[in-house]
Amino acid sequence: MKKVYCIGCGVVTPVGDTPKGVFQAVREGRSALCLHPGFPEPFFASLMPRDCTAPGTLFDHMVKEAAAAAVKEAGIDASSPRTGLILSSIKGNVEMLGHGSADVSLAVQARRLAQALGVTTAPVVVSNACISGLAALVQGMRMIQGGQFDQVIVAGCEVQSRFIVTGFQSLKALSLQACRPFDEARDGLNLGEAAAAMVLSSQPMTPMTLGEIGFSSSRTKNNFPQPWELVSGCIRNDANHISGPSRTGEGSYNALQYVLEDARPEALAFVNVHGTATRYNDEMEAIALGRAGLEKLPVNALKGIFGHTMGAAGILESIVSMQALEAGVVLPTKGYENLGVSVPVNVSAQERPAQGSQFIKLLSGFGGVNGALLFQKGGAL
Amino acid sequence: MKQVNIPSGANLAQLYRDLQPDYPKFFKMDVVSKLGFLLTEMLVAGEAGRFQPRQDRAVLVFSRQGCLANDTHYAATMADFPSPALFVYTLPNIVSGEIAIRNKYAGETSAYVLESYNKDTMWELVRQAFQDRITQSAIVAWIDCPTDTQWTAEAFLVNRNDL
Repeated sequence: MKKVYCIGCGVVTPVGDTPKGVFQAVREGRSALCLHPGFPEPFFASLMPRDCTAPGTLFDHMVKEAAAAAVKEAGIDASSPRTGLILSSIKGNVEMLGHGSADVSLAVQARRLAQALGVTTAPVVVSNACISGLAALVQGMRMIQGGQFDQVIVAGCEVQSRFIVTGFQSLKALSLQACRPFDEARDGLNLGEAAAAMVLSSQPMTPMTLGEIGFSSSRTKNNFPQPWELVSGCIRNDANHISGPSRTGEGSYNALQYVLEDARPEALAFVNVHGTATRYNDEMEAIALGRAGLEKLPVNALKGIFGHTMGAAGILESIVSMQALEAGVVLPTKGYENLGVSVPVNVSAQERPAQGSQFIKLLSGFGGVNGALLFQKGGAL
Repeated sequence: MKQVNIPSGANLAQLYRDLQPDYPKFFKMDVVSKLGFLLTEMLVAGEAGRFQPRQDRAVLVFSRQGCLANDTHYAATMADFPSPALFVYTLPNIVSGEIAIRNKYAGETSAYVLESYNKDTMWELVRQAFQDRITQSAIVAWIDCPTDTQWTAEAFLVNRNDL
Protein backbone atom coordinates (compact mmCIF):
# COMPACT_ATOMS: atom_id res chain seq x y z
CA MET A 1 0.00 0.00 0.00
CA LYS A 2 1.26 3.46 -0.92
CA LYS A 3 2.17 5.70 1.98
CA VAL A 4 0.35 9.01 2.44
CA TYR A 5 2.03 12.08 3.86
CA CYS A 6 0.84 15.45 5.06
CA ILE A 7 3.09 17.96 3.29
CA GLY A 8 1.24 21.21 3.98
CA CYS A 9 -1.15 22.69 6.54
CA GLY A 10 -3.25 25.81 6.87
CA VAL A 11 -5.63 27.10 9.54
CA VAL A 12 -7.96 30.02 10.09
CA THR A 13 -9.30 30.30 13.64
CA PRO A 14 -10.31 33.07 16.05
CA VAL A 15 -7.06 32.46 18.00
CA GLY A 16 -4.63 32.45 15.09
CA ASP A 17 -4.18 31.85 11.40
CA THR A 18 -0.96 29.83 11.29
CA PRO A 19 -0.50 26.30 12.65
CA LYS A 20 2.33 27.53 14.89
CA GLY A 21 0.28 30.47 16.17
CA VAL A 22 -2.71 28.29 16.92
CA PHE A 23 -0.54 25.71 18.67
CA GLN A 24 0.93 28.45 20.84
CA ALA A 25 -2.57 29.68 21.71
CA VAL A 26 -3.60 26.19 22.79
CA ARG A 27 -0.45 25.82 24.84
CA GLU A 28 -1.15 29.09 26.63
CA GLY A 29 -4.84 28.28 27.06
CA ARG A 30 -5.98 31.25 24.98
CA SER A 31 -9.49 30.82 23.68
CA ALA A 32 -12.06 33.01 21.93
CA LEU A 33 -14.96 31.24 23.66
CA CYS A 34 -17.39 33.81 25.05
CA LEU A 35 -21.08 34.55 25.38
CA HIS A 36 -22.79 35.89 22.25
CA PRO A 37 -26.25 37.36 21.87
CA GLY A 38 -28.37 34.70 20.21
CA PHE A 39 -31.53 34.25 18.19
CA PRO A 40 -32.72 35.34 20.81
CA GLU A 41 -31.26 32.89 23.35
CA PRO A 42 -27.58 33.71 24.04
CA PHE A 43 -24.93 31.10 23.31
CA PHE A 44 -21.30 30.51 24.24
CA ALA A 45 -19.07 30.04 21.18
CA SER A 46 -15.73 30.71 19.50
CA LEU A 47 -16.54 32.93 16.52
CA MET A 48 -14.54 34.73 13.84
CA PRO A 49 -14.74 38.54 13.61
CA ARG A 50 -17.51 39.65 11.25
CA ASP A 51 -15.48 42.48 9.69
CA CYS A 52 -14.29 40.48 6.68
CA THR A 53 -14.45 42.61 3.53
CA ALA A 54 -13.21 39.96 1.10
CA PRO A 55 -15.60 39.11 -1.74
CA GLY A 56 -17.90 36.14 -1.27
CA THR A 57 -19.10 34.73 2.02
CA LEU A 58 -17.12 34.35 5.25
CA PHE A 59 -17.13 30.60 4.57
CA ASP A 60 -15.58 31.14 1.11
CA HIS A 61 -12.91 33.39 2.54
CA MET A 62 -11.93 31.21 5.49
CA VAL A 63 -11.72 27.94 3.61
CA LYS A 64 -9.78 29.52 0.75
CA GLU A 65 -7.24 31.10 3.12
CA ALA A 66 -6.66 27.82 4.96
CA ALA A 67 -6.40 25.75 1.78
CA ALA A 68 -4.17 28.28 0.00
CA ALA A 69 -1.76 28.30 2.95
CA ALA A 70 -1.57 24.49 2.87
CA VAL A 71 -0.98 24.48 -0.90
CA LYS A 72 1.72 27.12 -0.56
CA GLU A 73 3.56 25.19 2.11
CA ALA A 74 3.30 21.97 0.11
CA GLY A 75 4.56 23.67 -3.04
CA ILE A 76 2.29 21.55 -5.24
CA ASP A 77 0.76 22.41 -8.59
CA ALA A 78 -2.92 22.77 -7.66
CA SER A 79 -3.92 22.78 -11.34
CA SER A 80 -2.36 19.39 -12.09
CA PRO A 81 -4.74 16.62 -13.22
CA ARG A 82 -3.05 14.59 -10.47
CA THR A 83 -4.29 16.97 -7.74
CA GLY A 84 -7.68 16.31 -6.08
CA LEU A 85 -9.77 18.47 -3.77
CA ILE A 86 -12.07 17.44 -0.91
CA LEU A 87 -14.24 19.91 1.00
CA SER A 88 -15.41 18.92 4.46
CA SER A 89 -18.37 20.77 5.95
CA ILE A 90 -21.66 19.94 7.59
CA LYS A 91 -23.77 22.99 6.82
CA GLY A 92 -21.62 25.24 4.58
CA ASN A 93 -23.48 28.50 3.92
CA VAL A 94 -26.77 27.30 5.37
CA GLU A 95 -27.62 30.83 6.51
CA MET A 96 -28.27 31.62 2.83
CA LEU A 97 -31.20 29.18 2.87
CA GLY A 98 -34.35 30.75 1.48
CA HIS A 99 -32.48 33.62 -0.16
CA GLY A 100 -32.62 31.88 -3.51
CA SER A 101 -28.82 31.70 -3.60
CA ALA A 102 -26.85 28.78 -4.99
CA ASP A 103 -24.37 29.45 -2.18
CA VAL A 104 -26.38 27.19 0.11
CA SER A 105 -25.19 24.16 -1.84
CA LEU A 106 -22.06 22.48 -0.50
CA ALA A 107 -21.25 21.32 -4.01
CA VAL A 108 -21.24 24.94 -5.24
CA GLN A 109 -18.95 25.92 -2.36
CA ALA A 110 -16.58 23.16 -3.36
CA ARG A 111 -16.55 24.32 -7.00
CA ARG A 112 -15.83 27.89 -5.92
CA LEU A 113 -12.99 26.70 -3.70
CA ALA A 114 -11.57 24.68 -6.60
CA GLN A 115 -11.68 27.78 -8.84
CA ALA A 116 -10.07 29.96 -6.17
CA LEU A 117 -7.20 27.49 -5.78
CA GLY A 118 -6.87 26.75 -9.49
CA VAL A 119 -7.81 23.08 -9.02
CA THR A 120 -8.95 21.58 -12.32
CA THR A 121 -10.30 18.18 -11.18
CA ALA A 122 -13.87 17.73 -9.90
CA PRO A 123 -14.05 18.35 -6.14
CA VAL A 124 -15.82 15.99 -3.73
CA VAL A 125 -17.68 17.09 -0.60
CA VAL A 126 -17.57 14.83 2.46
CA SER A 127 -20.45 15.70 4.80
CA ASN A 128 -20.41 13.02 7.46
CA ALA A 129 -21.65 14.99 10.51
CA CYS A 130 -19.07 15.84 13.16
CA ILE A 131 -16.48 13.39 11.83
CA SER A 132 -16.49 15.09 8.39
CA GLY A 133 -12.93 16.41 8.68
CA LEU A 134 -11.52 13.06 9.70
CA ALA A 135 -13.63 11.25 7.09
CA ALA A 136 -12.34 13.68 4.45
CA LEU A 137 -8.74 12.89 5.42
CA VAL A 138 -9.52 9.15 5.17
CA GLN A 139 -11.04 9.82 1.74
CA GLY A 140 -7.93 11.73 0.68
CA MET A 141 -5.75 8.79 1.76
CA ARG A 142 -7.88 6.44 -0.31
CA MET A 143 -7.68 8.65 -3.41
CA ILE A 144 -3.89 8.52 -3.21
CA GLN A 145 -3.63 4.85 -2.24
CA GLY A 146 -6.09 3.93 -4.98
CA GLY A 147 -3.98 5.80 -7.53
CA GLN A 148 -6.60 8.39 -8.52
CA PHE A 149 -4.42 11.33 -7.46
CA ASP A 150 -0.82 11.97 -6.37
CA GLN A 151 -1.83 14.77 -4.02
CA VAL A 152 -5.14 15.78 -2.48
CA ILE A 153 -6.06 19.08 -0.84
CA VAL A 154 -8.40 18.37 2.09
CA ALA A 155 -10.09 21.51 3.42
CA GLY A 156 -12.69 21.72 6.18
CA CYS A 157 -14.72 24.70 7.33
CA GLU A 158 -17.67 25.59 9.49
CA VAL A 159 -19.33 28.95 10.02
CA GLN A 160 -21.95 29.24 12.75
CA SER A 161 -25.40 30.60 12.07
CA ARG A 162 -28.87 30.94 13.51
CA PHE A 163 -29.70 27.60 11.84
CA ILE A 164 -27.02 25.60 13.67
CA VAL A 165 -27.18 27.51 16.97
CA THR A 166 -30.95 27.22 17.38
CA GLY A 167 -30.78 23.57 16.34
CA PHE A 168 -28.25 22.66 19.02
CA GLN A 169 -30.20 24.78 21.51
CA SER A 170 -33.36 22.84 20.64
CA LEU A 171 -31.46 19.64 21.43
CA LYS A 172 -30.34 21.18 24.74
CA ALA A 173 -26.75 20.32 23.80
CA LEU A 174 -25.12 23.72 24.41
CA SER A 175 -23.42 24.88 27.59
CA LEU A 176 -23.84 28.50 28.68
CA GLN A 177 -20.26 28.56 29.97
CA ALA A 178 -16.88 27.47 28.60
CA CYS A 179 -17.18 23.73 27.96
CA ARG A 180 -15.50 21.25 30.30
CA PRO A 181 -14.47 18.08 28.46
CA PHE A 182 -14.47 14.95 30.65
CA ASP A 183 -15.15 17.00 33.79
CA GLU A 184 -17.78 15.93 36.30
CA ALA A 185 -19.45 19.36 35.99
CA ARG A 186 -19.64 19.32 32.18
CA ASP A 187 -23.04 20.35 30.87
CA GLY A 188 -22.77 20.64 27.12
CA LEU A 189 -20.73 21.77 24.15
CA ASN A 190 -19.74 25.15 22.69
CA LEU A 191 -19.91 25.76 18.96
CA GLY A 192 -16.91 27.12 17.10
CA GLU A 193 -15.81 28.49 13.75
CA ALA A 194 -12.65 27.52 11.93
CA ALA A 195 -11.18 26.44 8.63
CA ALA A 196 -8.32 23.99 8.38
CA ALA A 197 -6.60 22.27 5.48
CA MET A 198 -3.94 19.68 4.74
CA VAL A 199 -2.26 18.71 1.53
CA LEU A 200 -1.82 14.94 1.39
CA SER A 201 0.73 13.43 -0.96
CA SER A 202 2.17 10.11 -2.02
CA GLN A 203 5.61 11.75 -1.71
CA PRO A 204 7.03 12.92 1.61
CA MET A 205 8.30 16.01 -0.23
CA THR A 206 7.29 17.55 -3.48
CA PRO A 207 9.90 17.31 -6.25
CA MET A 208 10.33 21.07 -6.06
CA THR A 209 11.14 21.23 -2.37
CA LEU A 210 13.43 18.25 -2.64
CA GLY A 211 15.29 19.21 -5.77
CA GLU A 212 15.21 22.94 -6.30
CA ILE A 213 15.11 24.41 -2.84
CA GLY A 214 16.82 21.68 -0.91
CA PHE A 215 15.56 19.59 1.94
CA SER A 216 16.93 21.23 5.07
CA SER A 217 16.51 24.85 4.08
CA SER A 218 12.90 24.51 2.97
CA ARG A 219 11.67 22.30 5.78
CA THR A 220 12.93 24.52 8.53
CA LYS A 221 10.64 27.26 7.28
CA ASN A 222 7.71 24.90 7.26
CA ASN A 223 5.32 23.82 9.99
CA PHE A 224 6.98 20.44 10.40
CA PRO A 225 10.68 19.65 10.22
CA GLN A 226 9.92 16.13 8.99
CA PRO A 227 7.04 14.61 7.05
CA TRP A 228 4.01 13.24 8.83
CA GLU A 229 2.38 10.04 7.65
CA LEU A 230 -1.34 9.28 7.79
CA VAL A 231 -1.00 5.58 8.52
CA SER A 232 -4.50 4.19 8.90
CA GLY A 233 -8.05 5.49 9.11
CA CYS A 234 -11.41 3.94 9.83
CA ILE A 235 -15.08 4.94 9.98
CA ARG A 236 -17.60 2.85 11.94
CA ASN A 237 -21.26 3.25 12.86
CA ASP A 238 -22.76 2.54 16.28
CA ALA A 239 -25.92 1.19 14.58
CA ASN A 240 -27.68 2.42 17.69
CA HIS A 241 -29.22 5.92 17.58
CA ILE A 242 -29.11 8.92 15.19
CA SER A 243 -28.48 11.60 17.83
CA GLY A 244 -27.24 9.72 20.90
CA PRO A 245 -23.89 7.95 21.23
CA SER A 246 -23.74 4.23 21.92
CA ARG A 247 -23.70 3.24 25.61
CA THR A 248 -21.00 0.70 24.79
CA GLY A 249 -18.92 3.00 22.58
CA GLU A 250 -19.36 0.45 19.81
CA GLY A 251 -18.41 2.49 16.76
CA SER A 252 -15.52 4.33 18.41
CA TYR A 253 -14.21 1.08 19.85
CA ASN A 254 -14.38 -0.66 16.47
CA ALA A 255 -12.68 2.26 14.71
CA LEU A 256 -9.95 2.34 17.38
CA GLN A 257 -9.42 -1.41 17.07
CA TYR A 258 -8.97 -1.06 13.33
CA VAL A 259 -6.26 1.60 13.49
CA LEU A 260 -4.56 -0.02 16.51
CA GLU A 261 -3.76 -2.99 14.27
CA ASP A 262 -1.53 -0.61 12.33
CA ALA A 263 -0.07 1.13 15.40
CA ARG A 264 2.99 0.28 17.48
CA PRO A 265 1.75 0.36 21.10
CA GLU A 266 5.10 1.57 22.44
CA ALA A 267 5.09 4.43 19.92
CA LEU A 268 1.61 5.74 20.76
CA ALA A 269 1.92 9.09 22.53
CA PHE A 270 -1.73 10.07 23.01
CA VAL A 271 -5.27 10.01 21.70
CA ASN A 272 -6.75 13.38 20.79
CA VAL A 273 -10.40 12.64 21.49
CA HIS A 274 -13.62 14.33 20.37
CA GLY A 275 -14.38 15.53 23.93
CA THR A 276 -17.36 17.74 23.16
CA ALA A 277 -18.19 18.00 26.88
CA THR A 278 -21.71 16.67 26.53
CA ARG A 279 -22.57 14.13 29.23
CA TYR A 280 -23.04 11.30 26.75
CA ASN A 281 -20.21 11.88 24.28
CA ASP A 282 -17.39 11.97 26.80
CA GLU A 283 -18.74 8.97 28.71
CA MET A 284 -19.05 7.02 25.46
CA GLU A 285 -15.46 7.86 24.47
CA ALA A 286 -14.13 6.86 27.89
CA ILE A 287 -15.87 3.48 27.55
CA ALA A 288 -14.50 3.00 24.02
CA LEU A 289 -10.95 3.91 25.14
CA GLY A 290 -11.21 1.52 28.08
CA ARG A 291 -12.46 -1.32 25.88
CA ALA A 292 -9.59 -0.70 23.47
CA GLY A 293 -7.06 -1.00 26.31
CA LEU A 294 -6.10 2.69 26.11
CA GLU A 295 -7.13 3.65 29.63
CA LYS A 296 -3.57 4.54 30.68
CA LEU A 297 -2.55 6.35 27.49
CA PRO A 298 -2.70 10.16 27.78
CA VAL A 299 -5.78 11.64 26.12
CA ASN A 300 -6.71 15.25 25.50
CA ALA A 301 -9.52 17.31 24.01
CA LEU A 302 -9.27 20.75 22.37
CA LYS A 303 -12.92 21.86 22.42
CA GLY A 304 -12.20 24.08 25.47
CA ILE A 305 -10.11 26.24 23.12
CA PHE A 306 -11.88 26.08 19.76
CA GLY A 307 -15.38 24.92 20.67
CA HIS A 308 -16.84 22.35 18.32
CA THR A 309 -15.75 23.42 14.85
CA MET A 310 -17.77 20.64 13.19
CA GLY A 311 -16.59 20.17 9.59
CA ALA A 312 -13.16 21.66 10.42
CA ALA A 313 -12.62 19.79 13.70
CA GLY A 314 -10.99 16.63 12.37
CA ILE A 315 -8.42 18.56 10.35
CA LEU A 316 -7.81 21.41 12.81
CA GLU A 317 -7.39 19.14 15.84
CA SER A 318 -5.09 16.82 13.87
CA ILE A 319 -2.87 19.73 12.81
CA VAL A 320 -2.62 20.98 16.41
CA SER A 321 -1.88 17.43 17.60
CA MET A 322 0.93 17.07 15.04
CA GLN A 323 2.41 20.34 16.31
CA ALA A 324 2.16 19.05 19.87
CA LEU A 325 4.01 15.84 19.14
CA GLU A 326 6.65 17.79 17.23
CA ALA A 327 7.14 19.82 20.42
CA GLY A 328 7.09 16.65 22.51
CA VAL A 329 4.01 17.51 24.53
CA VAL A 330 0.50 16.29 25.24
CA LEU A 331 -1.55 19.47 25.21
CA PRO A 332 -3.74 20.29 28.22
CA THR A 333 -7.49 19.75 28.19
CA LYS A 334 -8.78 23.21 28.98
CA GLY A 335 -11.89 23.16 31.12
CA TYR A 336 -11.11 19.80 32.70
CA GLU A 337 -10.72 19.61 36.46
CA ASN A 338 -12.21 16.47 38.03
CA LEU A 339 -12.82 13.20 36.25
CA GLY A 340 -16.47 12.84 35.36
CA VAL A 341 -16.59 9.64 33.33
CA SER A 342 -16.96 6.05 34.54
CA VAL A 343 -13.68 4.81 33.06
CA PRO A 344 -10.58 6.50 34.57
CA VAL A 345 -9.01 7.74 31.35
CA ASN A 346 -5.70 9.59 31.51
CA VAL A 347 -6.81 13.20 30.95
CA SER A 348 -5.19 16.30 32.43
CA ALA A 349 -5.64 20.06 32.60
CA GLN A 350 -1.85 20.41 32.48
CA GLU A 351 0.58 20.07 29.62
CA ARG A 352 2.57 16.84 29.88
CA PRO A 353 5.63 15.45 28.12
CA ALA A 354 4.75 13.15 25.22
CA GLN A 355 6.56 9.92 24.55
CA GLY A 356 6.33 8.30 21.16
CA SER A 357 5.97 9.12 17.50
CA GLN A 358 2.31 8.28 16.84
CA PHE A 359 -1.08 9.62 17.92
CA ILE A 360 -4.70 8.78 17.18
CA LYS A 361 -7.38 11.33 16.33
CA LEU A 362 -10.83 10.22 17.41
CA LEU A 363 -14.21 11.76 16.50
CA SER A 364 -17.91 10.91 16.72
CA GLY A 365 -21.04 12.43 15.28
CA PHE A 366 -24.77 12.38 14.67
CA GLY A 367 -25.97 9.52 12.59
CA GLY A 368 -24.03 7.22 14.96
CA VAL A 369 -20.83 7.72 13.01
CA ASN A 370 -17.32 7.46 14.52
CA GLY A 371 -13.84 7.78 13.09
CA ALA A 372 -10.25 7.09 14.10
CA LEU A 373 -7.09 8.12 12.27
CA LEU A 374 -3.51 7.11 13.12
CA PHE A 375 -0.73 9.66 12.47
CA GLN A 376 3.00 8.99 12.58
CA LYS A 377 5.91 11.37 12.78
CA GLY A 378 8.95 10.75 10.63
CA GLY A 379 7.60 8.87 7.67
CA ALA A 380 10.00 7.08 5.36
CA LEU A 381 12.82 9.57 5.09
CA MET B 1 -25.18 -6.28 -8.66
CA LYS B 2 -28.70 -5.70 -7.40
CA GLN B 3 -30.21 -2.31 -8.24
CA VAL B 4 -33.49 -0.67 -7.16
CA ASN B 5 -35.11 2.74 -7.52
CA ILE B 6 -38.15 4.66 -6.31
CA PRO B 7 -39.84 6.84 -8.95
CA SER B 8 -40.07 10.56 -8.16
CA GLY B 9 -43.28 11.43 -6.34
CA ALA B 10 -44.17 7.82 -5.48
CA ASN B 11 -46.44 7.28 -2.46
CA LEU B 12 -43.88 6.37 0.21
CA ALA B 13 -46.47 5.42 2.86
CA GLN B 14 -47.98 2.94 0.41
CA LEU B 15 -44.55 1.56 -0.43
CA TYR B 16 -43.89 1.15 3.30
CA ARG B 17 -47.15 -0.79 3.69
CA ASP B 18 -46.32 -2.99 0.71
CA LEU B 19 -42.88 -3.84 2.11
CA GLN B 20 -44.24 -4.43 5.67
CA PRO B 21 -41.06 -3.62 7.56
CA ASP B 22 -42.94 -3.05 10.86
CA TYR B 23 -40.68 -0.12 11.81
CA PRO B 24 -42.83 2.77 13.13
CA LYS B 25 -39.78 5.09 13.43
CA PHE B 26 -40.05 5.34 9.64
CA PHE B 27 -42.82 7.90 10.02
CA LYS B 28 -40.59 10.27 12.00
CA MET B 29 -37.95 10.38 9.26
CA ASP B 30 -37.40 13.13 6.71
CA VAL B 31 -37.98 12.28 3.08
CA VAL B 32 -34.29 11.49 2.37
CA SER B 33 -34.14 8.98 5.22
CA LYS B 34 -37.50 7.50 4.19
CA LEU B 35 -36.16 6.96 0.68
CA GLY B 36 -32.90 5.45 1.93
CA PHE B 37 -34.76 3.19 4.33
CA LEU B 38 -37.16 1.91 1.65
CA LEU B 39 -34.44 1.48 -0.98
CA THR B 40 -32.48 -0.67 1.47
CA GLU B 41 -35.57 -2.72 2.36
CA MET B 42 -36.02 -3.38 -1.36
CA LEU B 43 -32.37 -4.44 -1.68
CA VAL B 44 -31.93 -6.72 1.33
CA ALA B 45 -35.42 -8.06 2.22
CA GLY B 46 -35.12 -11.82 2.61
CA GLU B 47 -31.32 -11.78 2.75
CA ALA B 48 -29.93 -14.67 4.84
CA GLY B 49 -28.73 -13.59 8.27
CA ARG B 50 -30.47 -10.22 8.08
CA PHE B 51 -30.36 -8.20 11.32
CA GLN B 52 -27.29 -10.05 12.56
CA PRO B 53 -24.91 -7.26 13.63
CA ARG B 54 -22.11 -6.94 11.09
CA GLN B 55 -19.15 -4.65 10.38
CA ASP B 56 -18.47 -5.88 6.86
CA ARG B 57 -21.19 -3.86 5.11
CA ALA B 58 -20.74 -0.15 4.43
CA VAL B 59 -23.46 2.38 3.69
CA LEU B 60 -22.39 5.07 1.19
CA VAL B 61 -24.89 7.80 0.32
CA PHE B 62 -24.51 10.40 -2.40
CA SER B 63 -26.55 13.47 -3.22
CA ARG B 64 -26.43 16.78 -4.99
CA GLN B 65 -28.17 18.84 -2.31
CA GLY B 66 -27.88 16.90 0.92
CA CYS B 67 -31.12 17.22 2.85
CA LEU B 68 -32.26 20.55 1.45
CA ALA B 69 -36.01 19.85 1.71
CA ASN B 70 -35.76 19.13 5.41
CA ASP B 71 -33.38 22.07 5.96
CA THR B 72 -36.17 24.31 4.68
CA HIS B 73 -38.69 22.70 7.05
CA TYR B 74 -36.37 23.16 10.01
CA ALA B 75 -35.63 26.78 9.07
CA ALA B 76 -39.37 27.50 9.09
CA THR B 77 -39.50 26.55 12.79
CA MET B 78 -36.47 28.67 13.87
CA ALA B 79 -38.36 31.87 14.62
CA ASP B 80 -40.81 30.29 17.08
CA PHE B 81 -39.94 26.89 18.48
CA PRO B 82 -36.96 25.35 16.71
CA SER B 83 -37.80 21.69 16.22
CA PRO B 84 -35.21 19.20 17.48
CA ALA B 85 -37.06 16.44 15.62
CA LEU B 86 -36.48 18.26 12.33
CA PHE B 87 -32.98 19.52 13.21
CA VAL B 88 -31.50 16.03 13.58
CA TYR B 89 -32.40 15.32 9.96
CA THR B 90 -30.52 18.40 8.68
CA LEU B 91 -27.31 16.41 8.22
CA PRO B 92 -26.65 14.72 4.87
CA ASN B 93 -25.39 11.55 6.59
CA ILE B 94 -28.40 10.85 8.81
CA VAL B 95 -29.92 8.62 6.16
CA SER B 96 -26.84 6.38 6.33
CA GLY B 97 -27.25 6.19 10.11
CA GLU B 98 -30.92 5.25 9.80
CA ILE B 99 -30.02 2.44 7.41
CA ALA B 100 -27.25 1.27 9.76
CA ILE B 101 -29.56 1.27 12.80
CA ARG B 102 -32.38 -0.56 11.05
CA ASN B 103 -30.09 -3.26 9.66
CA LYS B 104 -27.48 -3.42 12.48
CA TYR B 105 -24.72 -2.44 10.06
CA ALA B 106 -21.80 -1.44 12.31
CA GLY B 107 -19.43 -0.88 9.38
CA GLU B 108 -18.49 2.36 7.65
CA THR B 109 -21.20 4.94 6.92
CA SER B 110 -20.25 7.86 4.68
CA ALA B 111 -22.04 10.71 2.95
CA TYR B 112 -20.83 12.62 -0.11
CA VAL B 113 -22.19 15.63 -1.98
CA LEU B 114 -21.41 15.91 -5.71
CA GLU B 115 -22.35 18.81 -7.95
CA SER B 116 -23.97 16.54 -10.51
CA TYR B 117 -24.89 12.90 -10.82
CA ASN B 118 -21.59 11.73 -12.21
CA LYS B 119 -21.55 7.93 -12.19
CA ASP B 120 -17.81 7.73 -12.83
CA THR B 121 -17.04 9.89 -9.80
CA MET B 122 -19.51 8.00 -7.61
CA TRP B 123 -18.17 4.57 -8.55
CA GLU B 124 -14.56 5.70 -8.10
CA LEU B 125 -15.46 6.70 -4.52
CA VAL B 126 -17.27 3.39 -3.99
CA ARG B 127 -14.23 1.43 -5.21
CA GLN B 128 -12.02 3.44 -2.87
CA ALA B 129 -14.31 2.66 0.08
CA PHE B 130 -13.41 -1.01 -0.34
CA GLN B 131 -9.85 -0.14 0.73
CA ASP B 132 -11.26 -0.65 4.24
CA ARG B 133 -10.07 -4.22 4.78
CA ILE B 134 -13.22 -5.27 6.69
CA THR B 135 -15.72 -4.01 4.12
CA GLN B 136 -17.03 -6.83 1.91
CA SER B 137 -20.24 -5.25 0.61
CA ALA B 138 -21.92 -1.85 0.51
CA ILE B 139 -25.32 -0.27 0.17
CA VAL B 140 -24.69 2.54 -2.31
CA ALA B 141 -27.47 5.10 -2.70
CA TRP B 142 -27.90 8.21 -4.83
CA ILE B 143 -30.72 10.19 -3.21
CA ASP B 144 -31.29 13.71 -4.38
CA CYS B 145 -34.34 15.37 -3.06
CA PRO B 146 -34.79 19.12 -3.60
CA THR B 147 -38.41 18.96 -2.35
CA ASP B 148 -40.58 16.46 -0.49
CA THR B 149 -42.26 15.30 -3.68
CA GLN B 150 -39.48 15.33 -6.31
CA TRP B 151 -36.43 13.16 -6.17
CA THR B 152 -33.99 10.84 -7.81
CA ALA B 153 -33.59 7.77 -5.62
CA GLU B 154 -31.71 4.66 -6.58
CA ALA B 155 -29.55 2.19 -4.73
CA PHE B 156 -27.21 -0.72 -5.33
CA LEU B 157 -26.04 -3.66 -3.27
CA VAL B 158 -22.38 -3.96 -4.20
CA ASN B 159 -20.10 -6.82 -3.28
CA ARG B 160 -16.33 -6.57 -3.20
CA ASN B 161 -16.02 -8.93 -6.15
CA ASP B 162 -18.45 -6.83 -8.25
CA LEU B 163 -15.80 -4.14 -8.60
